[in-house]
Amino acid sequence: MSGKKAMSAENGKMDLSGVTIEDGKVAITEYLSIDLDKETWHCRRCDQNLGSARGPYKEALVVYEREPSEIHDPVIDPEKYAFTYAPDPDWCRIIEYYCPQCATQVEVEYLPPGHPLTLNDLVLDIDSLKARHAGGEA
Amino acid sequence: MTNAKAPSERSLIEQFLDDNVLFLGPDPQIMADHSVSTPTAVELAAVDAWQDRSDEVHLIRNRLQTACNESFDMVEQMGAAPGAKWGDLIAGIFSSQGDLALSSAGGVLIFSVLAQHPVKFALKYWKDEPTVGINDGDIFMHNDARYGNIHNTDQSLTLPVFHNGEIVCFVGSIVHEGENGACEPGGMPGGAESPYDEGLKMPPLKVGENFEFRKDLLTFLQNSVREPKLQMEGMKSKLHACLRIKKRAEEVIRDYGIEAFMATIRGTLTDTEAEVRRRLQTWPNGKVLTNVFADSTLRENVLIKIRCEVSKQNDELIIDLRGSSPEFLNRANNTVLASMKGMLAQLFLMFIWPDLPRNQAVFAPITVLTDPGSALNCSPEAPNAQSMMTFFPAFTAVQNAVPKLLFAAGFRSTDIVACWYNMITTFVYGGFNQHQEFVGNVCADLNGMGGAARATRDGEHSVAPIFASMADIGEQELIEEEVPMMKLVPHKVMVDNCGFGKQRGGHGYQQIVTHKDTDAWGYMVNSIGAKFPSTYGIFGGYAPGCYPLCKVKDVNVFDVMKDSRDLMRFTIEDIMNEQPFPDATYSAHHAGLQFELAEQGELYMITQGGGGGYGDVLERDPADIAKDWADGIVSKKTIETIYFVVMDYNTGALNKEATEAARAAERKARLARAKPYKEFAAEWTKDKPPANVPYYGSWDDPTVLYLGTPDKTCPADAIEPVMMPDPKDVEIAALKAELKALKA
Ligand SMILES: [Zn+2]
Repeated sequence: MSGKKAMSAENGKMDLSGVTIEDGKVAITEYLSIDLDKETWHCRRCDQNLGSARGPYKEALVVYEREPSEIHDPVIDPEKYAFTYAPDPDWCRIIEYYCPQCATQVEVEYLPPGHPLTLNDLVLDIDSLKARHAGGEA
Repeated sequence: MTNAKAPSERSLIEQFLDDNVLFLGPDPQIMADHSVSTPTAVELAAVDAWQDRSDEVHLIRNRLQTACNESFDMVEQMGAAPGAKWGDLIAGIFSSQGDLALSSAGGVLIFSVLAQHPVKFALKYWKDEPTVGINDGDIFMHNDARYGNIHNTDQSLTLPVFHNGEIVCFVGSIVHEGENGACEPGGMPGGAESPYDEGLKMPPLKVGENFEFRKDLLTFLQNSVREPKLQMEGMKSKLHACLRIKKRAEEVIRDYGIEAFMATIRGTLTDTEAEVRRRLQTWPNGKVLTNVFADSTLRENVLIKIRCEVSKQNDELIIDLRGSSPEFLNRANNTVLASMKGMLAQLFLMFIWPDLPRNQAVFAPITVLTDPGSALNCSPEAPNAQSMMTFFPAFTAVQNAVPKLLFAAGFRSTDIVACWYNMITTFVYGGFNQHQEFVGNVCADLNGMGGAARATRDGEHSVAPIFASMADIGEQELIEEEVPMMKLVPHKVMVDNCGFGKQRGGHGYQQIVTHKDTDAWGYMVNSIGAKFPSTYGIFGGYAPGCYPLCKVKDVNVFDVMKDSRDLMRFTIEDIMNEQPFPDATYSAHHAGLQFELAEQGELYMITQGGGGGYGDVLERDPADIAKDWADGIVSKKTIETIYFVVMDYNTGALNKEATEAARAAERKARLARAKPYKEFAAEWTKDKPPANVPYYGSWDDPTVLYLGTPDKTCPADAIEPVMMPDPKDVEIAALKAELKALKA
């Protein structure tokens, strides 16, 4: 077993060495962080406020529907063949979510046309996150 | 008629049923439970006695771990099945109650959660059964996935180990053996329409005594499959590998005593679970929702939704897959719940905590919720030979969800990784080989799946399958000695074949295959993702694309190229677009091909998929693009319209200013073309699935499942199994209608 333990048995404190804190905000994903004092989502590239951390950050983003063959080239001639290397647009669309300020592509979803967007893709328990960081172990 | 009965009457009936069991099916309790068994008093006493001697326990554990690895190597070296030769197996040690405590470091880690069920079945039903029993020297085998397995093509072999007349552990090995006498050769019949099309179905079965196989049972098993020699060889190599682990376990008992051995086996399980809980504790509490879409049953294209909500609360993880597609009662793409749990465990063993011991306790703090009768928890009467076609997408759903919790975890033992390529893209073959033997099996180069991008680096090309951390793709020359297939293009990395992103996925390879020197040879292909990508990127990274099966028929390339070798092209793109062989028929299909006989010199062409991308393409280091260009794996179109990098294609020199300007312009363009979320969602969202796509599973409400049309639904807790028409009947009906219209 690994010699490194997630929680030291000696003092019972949680190992938070993997957490990135920047400008007082906890990094949550590659492009999102949370300000625990203000309870707000932020873009990690431009610091744009993306709304209440207790709600969905996606509502603060801007969204674009992409024709899949723009990203996934058919490679073989779509005039000649029923199947190519591109997704079938009747079956699949690409949904791109951008930061409204710096336009960073925060998320991408592949969905059938009209399928409800995955709004609540990340809902964190803010109270427990605050408690995790209250001890200042990070 | 009423179901209510007087208590005495009910118990009489129950007594009668208990005394007159007509048939032992899979035990629902054993199959549903993946927790570690409650320790016995003997185990607890042993752990207690050795709790201050962790250095010695560590030493013993390493000795037993080495024994597992040694036995793994033995099977890999001795086994005749392609799966054995290229590492699609494990070897391990189980507690006296049947929990897998240690297994070989390499190989198919899915088995580490799946190997327990047949052992537990034998303990529950055979140990005290006077006509069977469990005695020193007994050999047990099984292959029926409904009793615990990935699929029926895998065969397990276990031996009990006794000390002073008591069972102290079991040792075992499971191997992907391949051929198993199903309706199609090779052991993974995509064409199976019922469990009875899936070939050999061994429940846990005593096949030998005194460490020898019973000749009558061996003969029966050999007669049940198309490769009788391989069946015997596979059994022998597993038996001798198990005998080696048994010998090593007995050496540990001799050197340290039985108490130390029991303390190590039980302590490994207990410590592993405790450590997983400690690690989960450092993840943020919360919920992640993701939706994944499988696009085929392997026989027809349908959209199969996998809905996945991962909740982490303190030291527990709940994977809720309710709202996913109903089962397909006459298609092979359903999974037994236990098989899928094994696959999900692989994620944690290989991609999240690869430093933990390979045992089932890793998965113990994780709960999996499914709708009974769904494709992810199918009934016993649904075929499951191609369970991978739903449990791989389920794996991908969880792999897609976990980074959103793991990124902010206090403790990690890996990088954050996007979604691996998840399909077994290779050829299954069957027929008479050049030695006039009938063979049927699978090419091991399915193991060359493209690795996903990680937070800190690109994915590796064709690196490893999602179900085995260490596995080989096999040597083409060795394969050609045994089968008449020639890979004209065996493993050629394809341009742009990956998920794009700040870090890109690893690329997969393309294969162009034909055969010669046989009049009876055919192919199968078992992959989905020809209409809808089967795997995805994370944090703004893209998926890889789609992958068709391409064929060139009505040609013998050996004949037409005899005097004009220049006709050959070395990419699928060039062959399909240039159509260089005169009078040949060129076609592209989804990559679920049931067994199909082919003529010598015809071409079958497939593409191994790439891994998902990580992060925004506009953040990709232009120097990485220049390197990919030099390596010939990225096109100009992708450089210019996706990455927005400006470079000199001859020298590879980057134009930094022009790149920054192009990227700034693209950021502006993004904001110009995008809409605020609410406005977009209002325009985009429909109440029901589209009418022109056969859609299965929930839409917005996870408690209502669609059954192929926007108008037909069933409740998720009362699923109606789906019956699909034969694709040939569908085609005949369409042709008849066309004919009728033409005649009218
Ligand atoms: Zn931003």
